[in-house]
Parts: sequence; structure tokens; C-alpha cells
Amino acid sequence: MNSFTLTQATAADEAVRDLTSHDGAAYLGGGTNLVDLMKYNLTRPTHLTSLGLLPLADITSLPDGGLRLGALATNADTAWHPEVEKRYPLLSQTILAGATPQLRNAATNGGNLNQRTRCYYFYDLATPCNKREPGTGCSALTGPNRVCGVLGTSESCIATHPSDMCVALAALEAVVRVQGPDGERTIKFEDYHRLPGDQPEADNTLKAGELVTAIDLPEEGYADHFTYLKLRDRSSYAFALVSVAVGLKMSGQTIEKARFAVGGVAHKPWRDQEAEKMLEGQTASPDLFRKVAAKVFAEAKGYGEGSLHNSFKIELGKRAIVRALKQAVEMEYEVNPNAFLNSNP
Amino acid sequence: MSQTIATPPTVRLDSDVIGKPINRTEGPAKVSGAAKYAAEFDVTGPLWYGYIVSSPVAKGKITKIHAEEVLAIPGVQRVFSHENVPSLAWFDRAYKDDVAPGGSPFRPLHEPEIMFSQQPVALVVAETFELARYAASVLRIEYDVEKHNTDLESSIDEAFDAPKGKTGFLPPPKPKGDMNKAFAEAPHKVAGEYIHRAQHHNPMEMFATTVDWLGDGKKMKIYDKTQGAPNVQQYIAKIFGLSKDEARIISKYTGGGFGAGLRPQYQVFLAVMAALELEHSIRVVMNRSQMFSMGYRPHTLQKLRLAADDLGHLQAIEHKALAETSQFENETETVVNWSAILYDAPNTNFDYQLTKLDLNTPADMRAPGAATGSFALESAIDELSYKAGKDPLEFRLLNYTYEDPSENKPFTSKRLDDCYHEGAARFGWEKRNPAPRSMRDEKGLLVGWGVAAGCWDASTQKAAAKAVLTADGHLTVSSATNDQGAGTYVIMTQMAAQTLGLPMSQVTFNLGDTDMPAAPVQGGSWTANSVGAAVKNACQEIGKKLLKLAQKIDDSPLAGVDFEDVQFVDGHLRANEDITRSVAIADVLAASGEAKLEADGKAGPNPLNMLKYSMHSHNAAFVEVKVDEDLGTIHVTRVVNAVAAGRIMNPKTARSQVLGGTVWGLSMALMEETYLNKDFGRYVNHNYAEYHIPTNADIHKIDVIFVEEEDDIASSIGVKGVGEIGMLGVAAAIANAVYHATGKRVRELPLTIDKLL
Ligand SMILES: Cc1cc2nc3c(=O)[nH]c(=O)nc-3n(C[C@H](O)[C@H](O)[C@H](O)COP(=O)(O)OP(=O)(O)OC[C@H]3O[C@@H](n4cnc5c(N)ncnc54)[C@H](O)[C@@H]3O)c2cc1C
Ligand code: SF4
Repeated sequence: MNSFTLTQATAADEAVRDLTSHDGAAYLGGGTNLVDLMKYNLTRPTHLTSLGLLPLADITSLPDGGLRLGALATNADTAWHPEVEKRYPLLSQTILAGATPQLRNAATNGGNLNQRTRCYYFYDLATPCNKREPGTGCSALTGPNRVCGVLGTSESCIATHPSDMCVALAALEAVVRVQGPDGERTIKFEDYHRLPGDQPEADNTLKAGELVTAIDLPEEGYADHFTYLKLRDRSSYAFALVSVAVGLKMSGQTIEKARFAVGGVAHKPWRDQEAEKMLEGQTASPDLFRKVAAKVFAEAKGYGEGSLHNSFKIELGKRAIVRALKQAVEMEYEVNPNAFLNSNP
Repeated sequence: MSQTIATPPTVRLDSDVIGKPINRTEGPAKVSGAAKYAAEFDVTGPLWYGYIVSSPVAKGKITKIHAEEVLAIPGVQRVFSHENVPSLAWFDRAYKDDVAPGGSPFRPLHEPEIMFSQQPVALVVAETFELARYAASVLRIEYDVEKHNTDLESSIDEAFDAPKGKTGFLPPPKPKGDMNKAFAEAPHKVAGEYIHRAQHHNPMEMFATTVDWLGDGKKMKIYDKTQGAPNVQQYIAKIFGLSKDEARIISKYTGGGFGAGLRPQYQVFLAVMAALELEHSIRVVMNRSQMFSMGYRPHTLQKLRLAADDLGHLQAIEHKALAETSQFENETETVVNWSAILYDAPNTNFDYQLTKLDLNTPADMRAPGAATGSFALESAIDELSYKAGKDPLEFRLLNYTYEDPSENKPFTSKRLDDCYHEGAARFGWEKRNPAPRSMRDEKGLLVGWGVAAGCWDASTQKAAAKAVLTADGHLTVSSATNDQGAGTYVIMTQMAAQTLGLPMSQVTFNLGDTDMPAAPVQGGSWTANSVGAAVKNACQEIGKKLLKLAQKIDDSPLAGVDFEDVQFVDGHLRANEDITRSVAIADVLAASGEAKLEADGKAGPNPLNMLKYSMHSHNAAFVEVKVDEDLGTIHVTRVVNAVAAGRIMNPKTARSQVLGGTVWGLSMALMEETYLNKDFGRYVNHNYAEYHIPTNADIHKIDVIFVEEEDDIASSIGVKGVGEIGMLGVAAAIANAVYHATGKRVRELPLTIDKLL
């Protein structure tokens, strides 16, 4: 039988020790992704280190003015936390654009960072996939690849990181705190997820046994000018085709500081620091936004035409950036611009 | 909602439960969890579990099955495959079910050949579900892979005219006049190619069978997820050489079917085979991915050419369709005929072809054929209306057919014109600015209003029912029909209550058991009408017996009154002429000393009427969309769906059917598509996360209007059925509204974001 043992760890160092002392072990957060992967037989851990009892579910203010999100805080508790809502509404909005209330109630922040791609072939054992089984080939290069990426892809993998939350964390320049067999360290968010290159099996830069303990948000939350624009195949409960998280600091019509990231297009939330710089010190205008969008997608590569293939994401991505920047400048939209909600116009 | 329901001409008047918005009788059982579905029934002894192994390849041959490795796992009972499948019925014919298309049906585990990806190749039986699933996952099977072809677009050359062979399939109508000449000379014309790819039914409930091995010879209680227990029974009985007594099929509740459950699915074959071989109770449940291994709405390419004269009268209609089918069966749908029923022109041409691919056989899926054909037709009609300078609604009324031109027969009733009028009034169509791109909302989004019509058969099938009135005054009626959520339980209860003038609380309707009188599969919108008539007839027979017994009472107030002159009201038999001449049913039963009265009722099509008349339901869907042009997003903000489907037995459940149908139409228009990877000949988005259907956030205001029709020719009880009609028109109306909003005509479904960029 597909049997495994399970330990309920109660402290971070204990969890790390437990995991590293078992072969084929995995951390279990909310289980909303891992358990699916196990049911699909994509991963067969023989031991689970359950994180549910770790004292890492709090959200606390940091002395430098930032905010610490515990790795075990649920996505829902994070999105609805008063400090997050007040100071980081971008993060709140982004989390709420993902999945469903039931999933967000179970999903943890640490698990969200580490969820796997939704590439069809990754989930289907009947098809080759380099990410699942290195060296077998990438079925998405020629097959339907609507979910796949157009930026930073490689011939070995064109998968995307599916998280919404992480797109906002990239724009907010969060820092990931991890604890491993060799102690604690921090990873800048832009360095946390990686591009596939010729090692698509690795989604991120965590080392063996490392546990995410918290995510630190810097003081700046862009609470006055922000947006998360998510374009998807239905109004709820669908991963982004393209999404854009924007945080701006404005002085009148001048953009003082700009941070944005694009989701649904790459193996990691896509940030382009040169494009951000193009915005800074400039007057907001559609022309400028179009130039910025063009810069971001200048090197993009589509993998086939038609609605089953993803080349359309290049044009869609550009338009999404232009719209998202405009929304963030004007702040003229309802609370959640992503869904029409049931307002019955 | 206008719910003026026709007074039924043939049902006695006063009890008045027919036409009332009565709650589902099975509702409390469903919401409390008491209702049991196929995979939830308990069995008498211990239960073993079968897990299905599906082929990863689309074409080839199994060369080796390493069953011994799996059998070595403690608790694994058996691995069934073509290597050890018991010898069964010799002929293909035995595998034909009631609604099978022409060709040679798929025989599970019959041979090592692989004919489609995800073909079931083995069943692993173990003592627990988890063990069976695990063992199935490690079962090694070797294949000789052959080159497959699953590409419809590149196989057009291999198309052939769709042959007859499937009950209900209408070949394309004969051509009229000179299509090419008329088209060439007409002042207004459109030509377009329309496409949608495969769509899978995806009912919430997975296909599942629990076989209760009763330990009495080969007697089994087979709990199956199906839309027709009798169809499953004859299939199973023929293949395994069983009597009806041995193969009793029970299907009390069906968690959605939409056509997927019309034909027996392979899990019932596998479960029964395993139970017989192991002489043990077995449960087999498909997983969600396997739900994509069954029939589907086929990928279809359509070409339409329409032309009109200066006044806007249609002069030419050409509708051609090409659909995919499997290598072994010819699934046929009625796709193009609707163009010859809804509209008429002196010059026409129709064509419907199939191409064989290395895929499983498609299957009827809600409004099969009509959903496909009417999307293309109603898109093209819309396009032509603009060319002819007419309002799309006016254009449709201008070209309205009062007779069915495809067969030159009168309609038994057709109030599509009133659907147009009432729908337009409710929608506010007169405020529409006719120019594309002319309307915007307060936020600047483009607004489009579109309309489209739909048409579906009003057909009757053979059905039977049994009624039993017990001495306590309780009436129990039964028929082996199905309720896949349509409301069959409640409307049949209403029909029985109304016929004998009993309160609903004194009537029970049972279904879904082959020990009951036979009924057709639930599909084609024929259940309300066919089973309803059988129920009514059975109850009327009871009524006749009651009258006879009443007349035996000394000084009976009903002495000498004919059955035709008696009414059944409020638990009484009364003379029509003088309602004070009345006897309580309870008194009749008491006086008679009978423990119970029993009667059978039958119903079926009326061949004479079918020769003389065309019988159809119709609808008109009005849609508002809002489009964010830069981002390509489409939201359907408002729908008015006006339906003319004869008499509405229960406006509440009928409205639910039309609401659900409207959502289906929206789903077809905006979301549904199974992605086929041609490299592997395999569907790849085989789960609920990536096969998109609407969520609550996608659905806004839907208004349902029933336009009453009095029609006792189409059916003896005046009912046409509402299962399919609600989804028709909706997809085309959405595409038409998108055109009105954006000036962009999209002929490929679904209308995803990328198509408007
Ligand atoms: C149907 C569906 C729809 C969804 N839609 C969306 C969507 O629209 N947008 C979106 O953003 N997300 C979506 N999600 C994904 C969801 O956000 C993730 O599944 C969830 O965030 C994972 O969190 P978890 O705690 O359940 O992780 P788990 O399933 O417990 O773990 C996921 C992975 O992370 C590892 N892990 C967990 N915690 C830690 C830790 N502290 N340190 C190191 N490794 C760890 C696990 O070992 C595992 O590999 C959807 C999920 C489903 C099932
Ligand atoms: S894109 Fe990546 S995940 Fe998808 S099939 Fe290719 S290798 Fe696998």
C-alpha cells in the first residue's frame, strides 16, 4: 500500500531534524497541494513531517516597521489580518484572487510558496515531463500549453509557478526566512523561485531539509497605489493566465517608486527591475506604460498559436501591465477589480 | 416570471397540483445526505474494491501485463485483463445497448488492442479501496505503440456521409432549388466556418457501480450510476447470460448525467464481471480523469452559407457539418436539420459527415447536435441580419416558419414568436442601439445585446408504470425511470396525485429499479411526457376500479355514472354533473374490503400523429454581455430565456432545468473545451481545475419565461419536456452579443480571452 508515517512536529528545529532523519520525507502544510500530488502518484513520500502544530502561525510587526507572516498562518488568516489589509492591501487582494475560500482556509503561506506547477503534463503520468522525471522530455513544447510560460523558459521546461500570492510578494520585495540543518538564513524573494534552465525539477532555491519559517514584508506596502489584476478563464477558482501585481509611490502624477511582478508567464513571479526603473521619476501616462510593457515582454517567446497554445500571453501580458499600472495610479476600481462579483448590474 | 400554465385538456381539473411550483419530494433526502448514490450503498457481506487501469497510449497493443507483481501484494485479489477475462457473449450484438450508435460497441478487456487513450485495460481488485488504487498504480503493462491519428482538421479527406444506425438520428434534409446560383445572385449573404472542440459532460458524481453479491446463485443487486437502469440491465443480462432476476439494476439517484449515463459505462461491466468471477460484492468507481475516457460532445467543424433578398427574406441556406467519431462506432447527432426547421428558403443544401479517429466514441451530451448546429446557424442568421440591414430579432420574425419546412408538416404548436415578443419585452430589446460598438456602461465597458433561437424535439418513448392503492388510502406509483436531478420524482408524484385527486402527502413515486415497469433512458427531454403519460394511465386504471367498487356500495351516489363523467377531487369520486354525488376513496376502499388495488399503465408514441405533424419545443435567448476590449474579458450580465415547451408540470423544477440549461449554454460559449494533445492522442486537461465550467461568480441575472402552449397532439398529457431546450440559443446569443459589443464575429468556441485580443 502507499503507506507513510507521520510526525507532528511542535518546533521548527524538531521538524527539520525529523525530516532529515527520514528518507523520502516531505513537509506537510495545509496539504492542499501535496495530498493531490500523492493521489496522482506524482510523489510518494514515505514519511510526512506535519507542520500543523509549529508555533509559526502568527503575524507580527517587526521593529524595522515591516511585518512578519508566519509560514503556518493560513492564506485566509493572512489576507484578512487587519495589519495586512491596512498596510499591504495588495497582498490581501492577491491572496483573495486565488483558489477558493475553502482552499485558502487550509493553505499555509509556506505551502503556497512551494506549491508545484499546474502544467497538464506534470500531473499526467502517461506523458513525459522533465520536471517530474528529468530527462524524459517536455510535452508542453508542442502540445497544448495554455497554462505555460513565455518568459525565461528553457527547452527543457516552460512551466509557470501558479501562485497568486507570490506575485504580490515579489512586487513587495519580501524576504523568505528558512531554517535548515545548518541553521537559519534569509532569501530575497526574487532569488527564492528560479528559472527552469536545464534543471526544471527544482522550483526554488531551498536546500535539502530547509523549512520556510516566515515571510518578512518590508515597511513599504504601497497602500495608496496598488493593484492585482488577474486574467483567467473564469471569474473564480482558476489559475491566472496572466496576472500583474503593482505597488507604486506617487507624488502627484509622478511615480516616485514602482514595483511590479507578472504571474502566469514564467517559472517564477516575473520581475523586471529595468522596467520598474523606466517608471520611476516619470509622469504616469499610457504611452509610458506601453513602453514599459513592451520592455517586459521584449524577449518573450510563445509556444504555438491558437487558444490551446500560449503565444497570446505576450500580447495579453502587455495589455495587462498597461491596465494594472493605470489602475494603481488612479485607484479607481471597486475593492476587487478581478471579479464582477455578483452585483447583477 | 410569467407562469400562466395551460389548463390541461385531458387531466381532470380540480386537484390542482399539476402546474404548481411544488418542492422536490426527494429534496430533504438529498440535502441531508440520506439519499444514496451508486458508490454509497452497503452490501450484505464484505465489500471488495476494483480500481480501473487506463491506457496511456492511444493506439497499439498490450504485449505484457506484469500481474504477478501486483498479485504478490497481500490483500490484492485479482487482476483482470484481456488475458483472463471470462469468455462471454460471442457476438458484438450482445454489447449493443438501447441507445448505441451503429458499428461495433467497445468490449472492455476483450482484446489486447488499444483503440483510444485512457481505454480501460485492467481492473485490480483488492480488499480495500486504497490498496486497489495503489496496486493499480504500480501495475506494469507493456505496449507496442502504433501511430495514431486524432486530428480532425487534417483528416477531412477521409470524411464519409454519416450512416443511419442510431435510433432518433435524422439524416440531413434533401436539397432544394439551386443553392450555388441563389447564393451567387443574392444581394445579402454570409459564409462562415464554425468550430468547437470536444467537450466532456463531467457530472459531479463519478461513474460508479456497487454490486451486492447476494450469495444465492448468480443473484446480484447492482447499484449503478446511470440514466437508465433497464438499458443497463439488458446490456448486462445479454453479455453475461443472466436473467433479469439475477441482474437487478438499482439507480435511485443520479448525480448528474447530461447524456454521459445514457449508455452503460464500462465500470458496470467491470464490476459485474469481477463479482461473478470472484463471487463477491464489488465496488468500482471511476476517478475524475477517467471521466474523460468516456463519450463526449464531438469536435465538429461546420460551414454555413446563407443568403437573403433585398427585403430580407432568406433565399438560400446551406449547412454542412463534419464531426469526429471512433474507429469502431459511428456516433451520429442531428446537427444540420435544425436549419431546415427554424428557417425556410427556396434553395437549400445540407450535409453531415463523420471522420474516424483513434478516440473513444462520442456520446449524446445535453441537446446533442442541436447545441452544435444551432450555435452555427444562429450566429450566421445574426450576421445576415446586419448585412440585410435588419434588427436581428425583426429578421428572425421575418423569416419565421409556421410549418416545418424540413418535412412539410404543420407544427403541433409553435409559440416561438411569443417567446421572441415576451422575451424582448422583458429584456428591454427596444432600447437596443442597432449599431455594433455603440453601447457602453457607466464604467466604459462595451455592452452588447444578442438574441438567438433554439429548437428541440418533443418526442415520446414507450414507458410503463404501476400504481398500487392500499387500504390506508396511500397511492404508490413506480416506474424504472431515472431522475438525474431533473425533478422526475416530484412531477410524477404530482401527476399521480392529480389523476386520483389525492393530496401529495398520500402519494409516493418510486423509480430507478429494474423490478419496476420498464421506462426509457432519461434523455431527449422525453421523460416528463412519456413516463408522465404512463403514470397517468396507471392511475386512471385504479380510478376505474374505484368507480366499479363505489358503484357496488348500497345506494351508491355514483350508480350509473360513466368513468368519463367522474372526477377525482380531494380524495373523493364525484359526478361531474352533480358534485354532491360523491364518495370518499377511503370509504370505497373500506367498503370493498380489498387490501389493495393494482393497475399498470403504458404510454408510447402516436405513430399517426408523428406522420402528420412536426413536434418541437422552442426557445429564444436574450443576452447582455459586457466586454473589456483591451483585456478580452467577457461577462454575461443578463439573460432572458423564453421557452415554449407545451405544458409546464412544475414551474419550479422546470425553471431549474432552464436555469441549468442557460448555464450550460454560457459554459459552452465561454469555457468548455477538452484539450487534445495530438502528439499523444490524449486529452490533457482531464480534471475540474483545468476543464472550466462556470462558478457562481460567472453567473449573473437569469430570467426564465414560460410561454404556455396547449398541445395534446405532441403528447397525450400536453407536455414537451424542458431538459435540453434551455441551453439552446444561449451560446449563439452570447456570440451575437459579443459581436454587437465589439464588432468582432467569433466563430470558434469557447470565446476565451485570447479570441478577442
Ligand atoms: C483546485 C485548486 C485551485 C487552486 N487555485 C489557486 C489559485 O487560483 N491561485 C493560487 O495562488 N493558488 C491556487 N491553489 C493552490 C493553493 O494556493 C496551494 O495548494 C496552497 O497554497 C498550498 O499550501 P498548503 O499549505 O496546502 O501546502 P502543502 O500542500 O501542504 O504543501 C505544498 C508543498 O510545499 C511544501 N511545504 C509546505 N509547507 C512548507 C514549509 N513551511 N517549508 C517548506 N516546504 C513546505 C510541501 O512539502 C509541499 O511540497 C489552488 C489549489 C487547488 C487544489
Ligand atoms: S513545461 Fe515543465 S512541467 Fe510542463 S511538461 Fe514541460 S517539463 Fe513538464
